[in-house]
Amino acid sequence: MPCPTTYNKTMRVRDPKKRAKDFKEVALGLTAKQAIKEAQRCLQCKKPKCVEGCPVEIDIPRFISSIRDNNFLAGLKTIREYNLLPAICGRVCPQENQCQGACILGRKKTPISIGALERFAADYEAAINETETVEIAKPNGHKVAVIGSGPAGLTVAADLAKLGYDITIFEALHEPGGVLVYGIPEFRLPKKIIQREIEYLKSLGVKIKVNWVVGKTQTVDQLFEEGYKAAFVGVGAGSPRYMNIPGENLNNVYFASEFLTRVNLMKAEQFPKYDTPVKRAEKVAVVGAGNVAMDAARTAQRLGAKEVYIVYRRTEHEMPSRAEEVEHAEEEGIKFEFLSNPKEIIGDEKGYVKAIKCDKMVLCEPDASGRRRPDCSGEEFTLDVDQVIMAIGQTSNPILTKSIKGLKLWGAGYIEIDENGKTNKPGIFAGGDIATGAATVISAMGAGKRAARSINEYVMTLAKAPRQRKKSSKTAK
Amino acid sequence: MYKILHKQNVAPQVDAVIVDAPYIATNAQAGNFVVLRLHDRGERIPLTIADSDRQKGTITLLFQKIGKTTEEMGRLKAGDTIKDVAGPLGHPTPMKRYGHCVLVGGGIGSATLFPILKGLKEKRNKVTVILGARTEELLVWKDRFKEYANDLVLTTDDGSAGRKGLVTEALKDLIESSNLKIALAVGPIRMMQAVSEVTKPYGLKTLVSLNPVMVEGTGMCGACRVNIAGKTKFACIEGPEFDAHEVDFQELANRLGFYRDEEEQAMKKYKKRCNGRCKK
Ligand SMILES: Cc1cc2nc3c(=O)[nH]c(=O)nc-3n(C[C@H](O)[C@H](O)[C@H](O)COP(=O)(O)OP(=O)(O)OC[C@H]3O[C@@H](n4cnc5c(N)ncnc54)[C@H](O)[C@@H]3O)c2cc1C
Ligand code: FES
Repeated sequence: MPCPTTYNKTMRVRDPKKRAKDFKEVALGLTAKQAIKEAQRCLQCKKPKCVEGCPVEIDIPRFISSIRDNNFLAGLKTIREYNLLPAICGRVCPQENQCQGACILGRKKTPISIGALERFAADYEAAINETETVEIAKPNGHKVAVIGSGPAGLTVAADLAKLGYDITIFEALHEPGGVLVYGIPEFRLPKKIIQREIEYLKSLGVKIKVNWVVGKTQTVDQLFEEGYKAAFVGVGAGSPRYMNIPGENLNNVYFASEFLTRVNLMKAEQFPKYDTPVKRAEKVAVVGAGNVAMDAARTAQRLGAKEVYIVYRRTEHEMPSRAEEVEHAEEEGIKFEFLSNPKEIIGDEKGYVKAIKCDKMVLCEPDASGRRRPDCSGEEFTLDVDQVIMAIGQTSNPILTKSIKGLKLWGAGYIEIDENGKTNKPGIFAGGDIATGAATVISAMGAGKRAARSINEYVMTLAKAPRQRKKSSKTAK
Repeated sequence: MYKILHKQNVAPQVDAVIVDAPYIATNAQAGNFVVLRLHDRGERIPLTIADSDRQKGTITLLFQKIGKTTEEMGRLKAGDTIKDVAGPLGHPTPMKRYGHCVLVGGGIGSATLFPILKGLKEKRNKVTVILGARTEELLVWKDRFKEYANDLVLTTDDGSAGRKGLVTEALKDLIESSNLKIALAVGPIRMMQAVSEVTKPYGLKTLVSLNPVMVEGTGMCGACRVNIAGKTKFACIEGPEFDAHEVDFQELANRLGFYRDEEEQAMKKYKKRCNGRCKK
């Protein structure tokens, strides 16, 4: 399974048998002693590969040296210069493909557990109930709208608020946080961590309007009419993909987004204490092998399923999920059906799932992109299940993008932006999954950082322009 | 928080509330709906915007008390608040000058039809409205319809008002006797399906407003998917109106029944806990 050289197991985790029955966090983090010991292993490279591997180029050796020297808050401060959400990224980044994957030590032995150290620093601050005091510039009176409250939107909001902007976040759902609240389960990312970040944002003066579906409740033009100088679009790639195979609309076929939203956002696992139900099943097939699939599979198991299968058309080597999640899923007893491509979901006479029929696949030689394409072997098999969860990816949600006339899109409806987050429409910026297609928390944050910088430049030039005009008219007098 | 300004019982088990929601009222169009959540433990349910007033900044919601959430909502009074209301969602009904239109409503379906009637009249269409119910007192808002419609035809199963029989019989007669351009039907699935079957042989374009289970109502989850001409569509963003002749009503009915046990369980627990009196 996951390659041992890029995946480090320093962190304590709860007993698989126990944890698979509840929604409490699986990984427990490092103790201070462990963290220091791990930090001591760092070679403090002159040309650190880890930094190159980090999408937001955190000065990793610097933060690790602070932890090594028992100066945990200083370490955190370093991380925060680059990354607004260390407690979250420490938990959910695919470190094995990023910093840790690039760590020199990984060539021969185990790489430094950079994610665990990042998480440790952030958790330490929370545990001692400290909050970093940041300097906030004097209010500059400029209103900026942030649409969507996922990691991209939160980052833009924080960065601009610190510069003195008057920020309002508009969120379609009743709770801010984006995928962090409705997608990623509690056992992987406790909701109190996100709440803490949201509180922090509010302390910077950021306003949050929930139940605000921009494009419907208000259009972007209407926001501009209300005096917003610029808008950042970070609405995510929130529309589920499906396979278009027979039986996909049978009862007990869920799209992962619905299944996870019911549990994470609506707390359906506590039905009927909470009003939203979710169906519990005995045998579940989850189609796909990304983070979403692992989350859905492990959630189904926690809801009481006896057998849960990950059905994936390629092999363990191509699974896009974080290595740690695959390993945790395996420990918890999730089964893997590789080289299996669903072709039909079979229902009973009442319209409920009974089984899933799959083609057995073989991997062909790598194509031009270097990926090995799966192909039908000619064999098929049927798995008896009473629930199927489709987790084969997300695509763009058209509500907002279609409501902005002339907004340039690419591919399956994603927003085209330049390297600074600018769209083709003046005053409208974008970033995160809606610009890149479904990606990662850290890349959404990085995009938010860049967009914030460019929004600041844009509004400042906008603000200067009329004043210059005024000045020149004065001198003319 | 969204304040209830006014509340009224309009038929047995059917209430109307006027809710303070200025932004939603500003952008609301016929055919739109909202998704609401009563309180922190509540579920999100879709309700059609039955009427809206831009000046006053209010929307009217009509609901039948058939489940735990609607039952609970029925206990709220003017002055109480609803925690979350998001909207206006869904595609608006395409409004233009069609000529002679017929709107067919069953039960609570009239909530959806009323703004459509107003919109069609604004575009100077001739509109016949057929409303049907089991018995007279279940004919919701018939006076309001009368005010706007060119013709209002009522049908009841028991003959207590209007014509005795089903809406489909009245519809068939109307099709035979006039030059209809479009039909729009809203109501229980079986009624919409029956209307669809009546209009199909005549080639009369027919729209139905579908009411699948929804979660967030913004195209994010796929709970609301329906089968239209063999293709999966998300009713919350691609509907809720679809060409009736392309709808797989059987699948919709199946999917709507998916949580029936849970609905009953929640209702039973609710009634037991509060003995039919409490609010939350
Ligand atoms: C189940 C799951 C697990 C994942 N696991 C990981 C992981 O382990 N590691 C990782 O790095 N990444 C993971 N990802 C991916 C990651 O969460 C996303 O890449 C990231 O959240 C994208 O951030 P964003 O800010 O672009 O958008 P999102 O987080 O999608 O947030 C967008 C927000 O905008 C709101 N919105 C949408 N339309 C509107 C509108 N019209 N008006 C107002 N608001 C609107 C949405 O409701 C949402 O709250 C996972 C994703 C899922 C679904
Ligand atoms: S209700 Fe979730 S996609 Fe329509």
